Amino acid sequence: MLHIVACIKQVPDTKIIKMNPKTNTMDRRTAPAILNPYDAHAVEEAVRLKERYGGIVSVLTMGPPPAVSAIKKCVEIGADEGYLITDRRFAGADTLATSYALSKALDKIAKQQPIDLVICGKMSIDGDTGQVGPGIARRLDIPPLTSVNKVVEINQEEGYAIVHRKLEDGFEVVRSTLPCMFSVEKTINEVPYSPLPNVIRAARYKPHIWSVDDLEEVDIKQLGLKGSPTIVSRVWAPQKPAGGTFLEGNPAAQVDQLLSVLLEKKELFETKEEI
Amino acid sequence: MDFQDYKGVWVFIEQKDGEVASVSLELLGAGRKLADKRGVELAGILIGENVKNLTKTLFEYGADTVYVYDQPIFKHYRTETYMKALLECTEKHKPEIILYGATSTGKDLASAVATDMPTGLTADTTELDVEEDTGLLLASRPAFGGNIMATILCKKYRPQMATVRAKVMKALPPEPGRIGKVVEETISLKEEDIRTKVLEIVKETVKKVRIDEADIIVAGGKGLGSYEGFQLVHQLAETLGGAVGASRDVVEAGWIDHPHQVGQTGVTVTPKIYFAIGISGAIQHIVGMKNSGLIIAINKDKEAPIFQTCHYGIVGDAFEVVPILIEQFKKAISRDKVIK
Repeated sequence: MLHIVACIKQVPDTKIIKMNPKTNTMDRRTAPAILNPYDAHAVEEAVRLKERYGGIVSVLTMGPPPAVSAIKKCVEIGADEGYLITDRRFAGADTLATSYALSKALDKIAKQQPIDLVICGKMSIDGDTGQVGPGIARRLDIPPLTSVNKVVEINQEEGYAIVHRKLEDGFEVVRSTLPCMFSVEKTINEVPYSPLPNVIRAARYKPHIWSVDDLEEVDIKQLGLKGSPTIVSRVWAPQKPAGGTFLEGNPAAQVDQLLSVLLEKKELFETKEEI
Repeated sequence: MDFQDYKGVWVFIEQKDGEVASVSLELLGAGRKLADKRGVELAGILIGENVKNLTKTLFEYGADTVYVYDQPIFKHYRTETYMKALLECTEKHKPEIILYGATSTGKDLASAVATDMPTGLTADTTELDVEEDTGLLLASRPAFGGNIMATILCKKYRPQMATVRAKVMKALPPEPGRIGKVVEETISLKEEDIRTKVLEIVKETVKKVRIDEADIIVAGGKGLGSYEGFQLVHQLAETLGGAVGASRDVVEAGWIDHPHQVGQTGVTVTPKIYFAIGISGAIQHIVGMKNSGLIIAINKDKEAPIFQTCHYGIVGDAFEVVPILIEQFKKAISRDKVIK
C-alpha cells in the first residue's frame, strides 16, 4: 500500500489581490485565500496514483489556522488525511525554514505510516520560487524529481518510480528509487469537479493540527524568521518609465497613426520568420 | 563563519549538446560587473561529460577561472551528482556569490544546494547589485504576485545565491583570444550509488511554441474578456506573422497554454515589436517584455500601468481598434508589398 503525502499551501488569490498604493504592500483582506492552484494538481496526481496502485493520500501544510480550509479542499479532491502545522514560531519562514518545518512534520507522519512518495506543486503563486519541494527532498535525503509531467510507473515492491521530467525541448524519462519527491507541472493532469461524497466528507473533516511542541527533535533556531537566511530588505515600486506617446483620435485615426509608425520601421518585418 | 574566507563570484554554467546555454553567458556578463565592483575573480563552474572545450567560450565572455568537472557520470543532468560536485567545489574554494540561470535545471540544482549548505537562495532575480565593501548581494525580484519589487538579502551566510531570469541580464561582447585559468576537478562518485537514472531523452518533434524567438509578438490580457475575445489576438498575430503571447491571468483562465505566458513565471521575450492588448501591465508581466524593440499598448483604461512602459499607446476598445488595424495592415501589405 502506497503512502503518498502531498505538501500544499494556502495562498491569497493573487489575481484578485489589491495593492495598498500608499504602502506598496499587499492588502490581504482584499483577496480570498485559496488552495495554491499548482498544489491542486499535486493532490490530484496523488489521488490518481492511489486509485491505480492502492494506498492512502495525506496532505500536509504549514500556515495559520484558517489553512484548514485548504486541507478540506484537498479532501474534496480525494485526500484521506490532512495535517496542519501551525505555530507562531513558524511565522516568517523563507523557503529554507519552510522545508525544515515540513520535513519535521513528515518525519512524524512517517512514524505512523512510512512514506513512499512526497508530491509538491511546481511552485506557489504567492512565493513563486519552486524551492520548497527540492528542499524537502534534501532534508529527507530522498531524490528530488522536479518538472514531472507524467508518472509512468510506481513499483513499490521493487522500490522504484519512473517519470517524465519536462525539459525545454522535450522530456526525459527518469527512474528513481523510492521513496522520492516529485514536484509536478500543471500539465500533468486536470483537476475535475469533486464528487459529492468527497465534498460531504470534506465538510465534516477535521485535520490533525500540530504545534512545534508536537514535533520531535526540532531545532527552534531553524524555524520561522530566525531560521531564514534570506530577508526582504526593501519593497519598492520600480521607477515609472517615462511612458509612451498616446495616439489620439477615433479608432480609425489611431490605427492610421500606428500604421505609419509601423511602416516607417518596416525593417522590423524584414527578418520575419515562420513561428 | 568567517566571511573573509569567501571570495569571488561564481556562475553555474549550464550546457547541453556541446553548447553553453545563453543564460550562462548572460550571467557571466552580470557576474563580471559584481566581481569588478568587489575587486574579485569571476569564475564559471562547468559540470558535464566532454565539456572541457567549452572553457574557451567562457573566458571570451568574461570568466577569469573555470572549475571543470568532466566525467562520464555527469553525462545527463541529475540533481544528486551535480549537487555533490558543486558542494565539494564550493567547500574547497569558497565563493561569496553563486548565480544560476532560473531554468528548470538551474532552479532544481540551486534549491538542493542551498538546502545542504545551508544558505539563502533568492529565486527568479531580475536585478543584481552588490555592496562594494560588505559584499552583500542585493537580489531584487517582483514579489507578491508581481505588483512590486522586493530586494532580498542574505546577511548571515556565505555563499549568497540567486537564480536569475534568462534574457534579463546582458552578455558581454565576446573578446576573442581572452584566456583564463582552467582548474580541473574530479569527484569520486560511483554510478551504483546514485539513486536516479536517466533512461531516455525525448526531443519533442511536434512544433514547439518558442515565443522567445519571435520577432513580433501579439499578447493579450484579461481585458479581452473571454476565450472568444482572446481570439482577436490570434487574428492580429496571424496577419502580422507574429507569435501569440499572454498575461498570467489569461493562462490561468485557460484561454491559452503556459508556453505563451510572458513575464516572471512565464517567458522573457525581446521581440522587435510587442503588442500588449488588454494587458494592464503588472510588474510581473513588464519584467518579461520591457526590453522589446517597439511596444504598442491598447487598453481601455488610460491609467493602466502598461502605458508607462509602451512606446505608443492607444486608449480604446480593442474590439474596435484591432479589427481596423488588421484590415488596414492587410491593405498595406497588398498595396506596396513592403512587407513580405
